[in-house]
Amino acid sequence: MFEMDRRGFLHITGGAAASAALGSLLFSTEAAAQMGKTLTVAYHLPVPSWDPTTGLSAVNPQLMSIYKSVFDQYVDQNPDLSFKPGLLTEWGWTDNKTKVRMKVRDDAKWHDGKPVTAADIIWNLQRVGDQKNGSPVAFIWGSLTNLKADGNVITGDVKVFMPDIFKWMGFLTAYVIPPHYYQQVGKAGFEKKPMGSGPFMVEEFQRGSFVRLKANPNYWGGKPAFETVVFKFVTDPAARVAEIESGRSDLTLNIPFEEFDRLKRKKGLVGVTTPVSDIAMIFFNDVGPMLDENVRKAAVMAVNKKAIVDRLLRGYGVPIDTLLVPQYTGYDASIKTPYDPKGAAALLAKSGYSRKKPVTFKIQTTRGYLAKDYEVIQAIVGMWRRVGIQAEIEVYEIAKHFELRAQDKLAPAAFYNWGNSIGDPATSVAHAMFGPSPHSTWDTKDLDAMIGPLFAEKDEAKRIEGYKKVNRYIAEKAYVLPLYQQVQPVIHKDSLVFKGHVANFVLPQAIKPKS
Amino acid sequence: MSLGFLLRRLLLAIPTLVGVAVIVFVLLRIVPGDPIAMLIGPGATPADIQKLRELYGLDRGLLDQFVLYVGDLIQGDFGVSISLRQDVMELVLGRLPITLELCLAAIVIAILIGGTLAVAGVYWRGRWPEAGVDGVSGFILAIPDFLWALLFILFVVIFAFSGLPISGRLSHEIRFDALTNFYLLESLVRLRFDVFGSVLLHMLLPALSLALPLSAIIARVLKSSLNEAMTQDYVLLARVKGFSRIRIVAREALRNALVPTVTLTGVQFTFLVGGTVLVEKIFSYPGIGNMAIDAVINRDLPLIQGLVLTFAVLFIAVNLLVDMSYAVLNPRMRHG
Repeated sequence: MFEMDRRGFLHITGGAAASAALGSLLFSTEAAAQMGKTLTVAYHLPVPSWDPTTGLSAVNPQLMSIYKSVFDQYVDQNPDLSFKPGLLTEWGWTDNKTKVRMKVRDDAKWHDGKPVTAADIIWNLQRVGDQKNGSPVAFIWGSLTNLKADGNVITGDVKVFMPDIFKWMGFLTAYVIPPHYYQQVGKAGFEKKPMGSGPFMVEEFQRGSFVRLKANPNYWGGKPAFETVVFKFVTDPAARVAEIESGRSDLTLNIPFEEFDRLKRKKGLVGVTTPVSDIAMIFFNDVGPMLDENVRKAAVMAVNKKAIVDRLLRGYGVPIDTLLVPQYTGYDASIKTPYDPKGAAALLAKSGYSRKKPVTFKIQTTRGYLAKDYEVIQAIVGMWRRVGIQAEIEVYEIAKHFELRAQDKLAPAAFYNWGNSIGDPATSVAHAMFGPSPHSTWDTKDLDAMIGPLFAEKDEAKRIEGYKKVNRYIAEKAYVLPLYQQVQPVIHKDSLVFKGHVANFVLPQAIKPKS
Repeated sequence: MSLGFLLRRLLLAIPTLVGVAVIVFVLLRIVPGDPIAMLIGPGATPADIQKLRELYGLDRGLLDQFVLYVGDLIQGDFGVSISLRQDVMELVLGRLPITLELCLAAIVIAILIGGTLAVAGVYWRGRWPEAGVDGVSGFILAIPDFLWALLFILFVVIFAFSGLPISGRLSHEIRFDALTNFYLLESLVRLRFDVFGSVLLHMLLPALSLALPLSAIIARVLKSSLNEAMTQDYVLLARVKGFSRIRIVAREALRNALVPTVTLTGVQFTFLVGGTVLVEKIFSYPGIGNMAIDAVINRDLPLIQGLVLTFAVLFIAVNLLVDMSYAVLNPRMRHG
């Protein structure tokens, strides 16, 4: 009779477990080799929540790439920021912009195969417009009321006219989720197994680790080229570099420019840089020395933006003169704020300042939150010193920046990155510079009188012309210091075809294997 | 160790937790950073901002907020995360098993490495391997856990260990509908060895990063205790009996030298959990350490409060376990 003691049992079971584990590992490697149609992206942020309309993730533009893979938006965007149909094929105002009319496409289906209806769209707009549901921008969607469906046409009343409302339909929180499914599974159920009508369906979600998506065969925009897409959430830049360099991922982004330059020279890898809709800028606050126009103008003229971009950012940035970049609506290339250190010194001299007797103030910045943020500010402080500005650097966390900005208590100068992927001047210059806005630090009546009426201007040509005037005025008065347009570095395997998107999207549905 | 002692310790935990809850609540209201300021979209009016404050109960006075917070806590409600709009208790309990498994793996690795180094150092006492052991433990200790993490990532790239994952917790090629978040344990119970292997591989580098500095500390303390034990009479008796040197060190002296090491390991466990904050971030390991960083950056007050309280409960539980382990290791303490 076979007898086994405790030690023998442990040996046998331990050996079996080890063999099985090793076998499974080998199988995984083999299986991986067979998965030809999988795209693996080492993404820099995890998906914190699958409800794209509430909480902080709803207002984080950097999560849009993943959300847009699963959820359709009312309106979609081309890589140059122009708009194209999403779930809406037509949209616009009627009756002197007191009403809206939208047409819902008739070939869209939810991931469970049910059709997307006009009633579904209305439910979404009403849900996100109700502040009780936690949307941070409920006030935008709440500006539309009495929404009614007639077939696939939606009509409604404009409660508060917002010229950029339809652009917002391709922006933050403007994702459409299936009402029947959400009501069936509830918020918690939706977090576990989200559903949309986008090009990919969520197959497996390991919170904080990865999301595996499967191509939606019924997608109205055509089935994506990759059957499977994996977004691995790799938050550390060094780990993302290792992911692409070791071949574990096919594509990654948001890596240090030094690493980008090194990797793009490696065989089998391709580097793509795209100037995106984010800009680096320095807010001026209307306090202390910044009330002196000569000081502000000198602070702007003394900064050599090209040198900062070339030397600190290795050329990956585009110097800008206004808060608008060339891809935004209302961009005016004729507005210039040239680098002129001698002119800056002369202006400071008029106000009684010199290198020996400098004007002093504080400049606030984050350190490591954005690429080279602290180094850029150090360089600017050095440039200012040469003309007679002595700025003391204060490093703070981004949370403190938001708090101080909302309270209008920022230092006379503060570094920030402003994102505006819909490219409308209202969502950049207006909210950044309009005094009553919680995002603005400059607060003077002259500028508010120019910007205020533009929020409700119904004539689009007049509105855009108005913003051009605002930008010129801001540049002349030096109310802000625009620095450079950010550039997104993307590294991918040469077996892929990838094109950059000005809105900073990395959309798997737009990536194809090289034929 | 009597039941009365255990009950006394558990009762003492209550004021400790209340103290932690009060301190973290007050501190979070003092430090700069407004969660609502991070949420508000462009174009929000003061009325819109006020509505958001009301939604999260931040429009109330500090005392009101505290009373509400304590009332909810007593009912086991940690509140709703501001940044994630999800139940804090669910979020924390979802991530806690991940960190616990990682820390336990790190402890096991640290004990194995540290124990081996200590025994080897004592076995070859006075000879060159002892100097080697001291040198290695000194070197390991000089490098903090997060730096080990970055070094491992670098090694993976340089030496192209293609099978060694550097991010996440489970291979994306595996489908596993888990019932709990204790994947390691659950996969073993359900005989899913593919999951077990994948989870083990994914935790190898983060666990090693956490374990190495601790292993050096264990090696030093254990070696010192072992050296002291080697001078005791029972060791002399064992020598006289003709026991081999390795048996004397590893079996006779080791058990008596373990108590200080267990104390140290218990204390260091708390530091280990603290170390997960950076290491989990570097390896994108989805535990509570990783979550804590995001919660602090986003000033997610309910989530930070929930995480700190969880850490506190964890520390109390570990200390209790350490006290209980004394009784197992040293019979003289069982009735002390």
